[in-house]
Amino acid sequence: MSKLKNSLDFTLKRKRVPFALLIAFIIFLFILPQFGGDYALYLVMRILMFCLLALSVNLLLGYTGLLSFGQAAFYAIGAYACALILMGMESPSLFAGLFGALAIVAVASLILGFFCLRHTDIYFAMITLCFGMMIYALAEKWISVTGGDDGLMGIPRAPLAIPHLFSLNMAPLGNYYYFVLILSLIAIFVFYRIIHSPLGLSFQGIRDSESRVSFTGISVKNTRLLCYVIAGLYAGLAGALFAPMEQTLTPGVSHWGTSTEPIIAVLIGGMSFAGPLVGSVIFFLVKDIILRYTIYWMLPLGIIVVILVMTLRGGVMGTLERGLLPWMRSRFSGRED
Amino acid sequence: MVSSILFQMLGGLSSSMFLWLIAAGLTLAFGVCGVLNLAHGSLYMLGAYFSFTFYQSLGMNFWLAIVSAIIGVGIVAFLLERFLLRHLYPEPLPFQLILTFAFILILNNAVQLGWGTMLLVPAMPSYFVGTVPVLGRPFPIYNLFIIGVGFAVFAIVWLVLGKTWWGKQVTASASDREMAGALGINIPTIFTTAFIFAAALAAFGGALTTPVRVCLPGTGEGVIVQAFVVTVIGGLGNLKGALIGAIIVGVVSAIFTLVAPFFELFAMYAIMAVVLLIRPQGIFGGAA
Repeated sequence: MSKLKNSLDFTLKRKRVPFALLIAFIIFLFILPQFGGDYALYLVMRILMFCLLALSVNLLLGYTGLLSFGQAAFYAIGAYACALILMGMESPSLFAGLFGALAIVAVASLILGFFCLRHTDIYFAMITLCFGMMIYALAEKWISVTGGDDGLMGIPRAPLAIPHLFSLNMAPLGNYYYFVLILSLIAIFVFYRIIHSPLGLSFQGIRDSESRVSFTGISVKNTRLLCYVIAGLYAGLAGALFAPMEQTLTPGVSHWGTSTEPIIAVLIGGMSFAGPLVGSVIFFLVKDIILRYTIYWMLPLGIIVVILVMTLRGGVMGTLERGLLPWMRSRFSGRED
Repeated sequence: MVSSILFQMLGGLSSSMFLWLIAAGLTLAFGVCGVLNLAHGSLYMLGAYFSFTFYQSLGMNFWLAIVSAIIGVGIVAFLLERFLLRHLYPEPLPFQLILTFAFILILNNAVQLGWGTMLLVPAMPSYFVGTVPVLGRPFPIYNLFIIGVGFAVFAIVWLVLGKTWWGKQVTASASDREMAGALGINIPTIFTTAFIFAAALAAFGGALTTPVRVCLPGTGEGVIVQAFVVTVIGGLGNLKGALIGAIIVGVVSAIFTLVAPFFELFAMYAIMAVVLLIRPQGIFGGAA
């Protein structure tokens, strides 16, 4: 159990986050619509969704030791399900779209997880990639439902409504921004609770030593499947939020590039709780800047990724924690950590 | 009906030979270096573009163009392995995979910058144009040639790995890296040459496709997914498995094209799912 205890100590130490800074940042995000333009709101929303995807990847990779190359599948399933529900309803409500999409994603991840988790090593990465591309093929070829290559258009940014009770208009981007922001913050908070719960510890236990965890009476297989489903739900939530924001949807969202980018973000940030969030912001902004200058964005992005992978192997947060923070502590408080 | 299905299977066999050439390199590089090269399909694409340039634009002999394309891709593979990939062998899996993913990004754009984004349609050498009657239907000579080449390559790879000194060194380093090193085998060199050999197989496959398929940036990504399915079916790190897996995927996909076109794309995933249920380690994989 020493590894379990170590990781517990480790996570407790992590609580020394500069809280004031965090709260200031959240307040900044809440007042952003007062002075930011539509593009700033759009960018923040995209980054939040990307963060959810990165959390999804990291729950599998960082906490349970499973490298999934197919999270785009659930992102796409969530997005298409939400879009189709909203387009199919007579008086659409975001609640219905969101919860319907999450239910469908849960079922899909249960089924795919059953097959993918026949392996946990490098095979798992390959199989998730393959099944992810199956969803891509489905989005492209099932034209009567998904619209094929043309995709779906005119997805309503439906009001957040419960019939006869209340209805919030979500059509303006500023309103939808708050919806995305609040849901993402809740999801991030829930993620934090999950990884610090007994369930989260059993995930980490499986990552560190499968056999020890099974000796404590926990079913390794079911716990992995549960982790896969939770990760799928995070990706699905990101997708379900994405569709009404864009109001159009094409099969491109399910391509394996969508699965790979959050992995890069996780590696940039490091496999901790905050790492993927920081990595997501960095990765998304870097990509956004590159896209602004050239249509050949893959070449510079690829070169940047090569450099990052070759040099920054512990992630930004890891480098900070190992190098910068101890140095600052010893410098300013005069004690060794 | 039976004869049309048989004929369709023969057509599927010829496309499975391209799959085999890619899966063989993928599985070989993994077996020896322990690295799953996501960019393997991009090397295949690069092989097609190189051979297009040498054959179509520079007017070389068809065979010479193929050899030059293999050498060109070999040089690229050498640079990637020697200066980048090699340093990540001790690192965890995600870093290796993301590095090879970055190769895909770079190679995709490099091809777009070098050859443009339009699809290129190369010509076929005149002696391959035409058909031979098989089961009373015309079957393209070139496809027949490809089937022969596929099996010939299997025999050659098997001979090279099993009978030559280099092949024995490769097999030894694949099964026990430290022991082989202790016996005086230069492991880094073996890794580099094995990686180049694997890339050469992909380049050969890519160069062979130029007369029948178009060159398009991004073809490598679709191909690598198929190669993954093939290796999962056959067993990762197993050459015989790669051949059998490729044949199963190619032939079954071809049959589905005839009887249920919509499900053609899902046929290979369905086979993979069945293999995962019955024999998760792959048909020829070792005990899981």
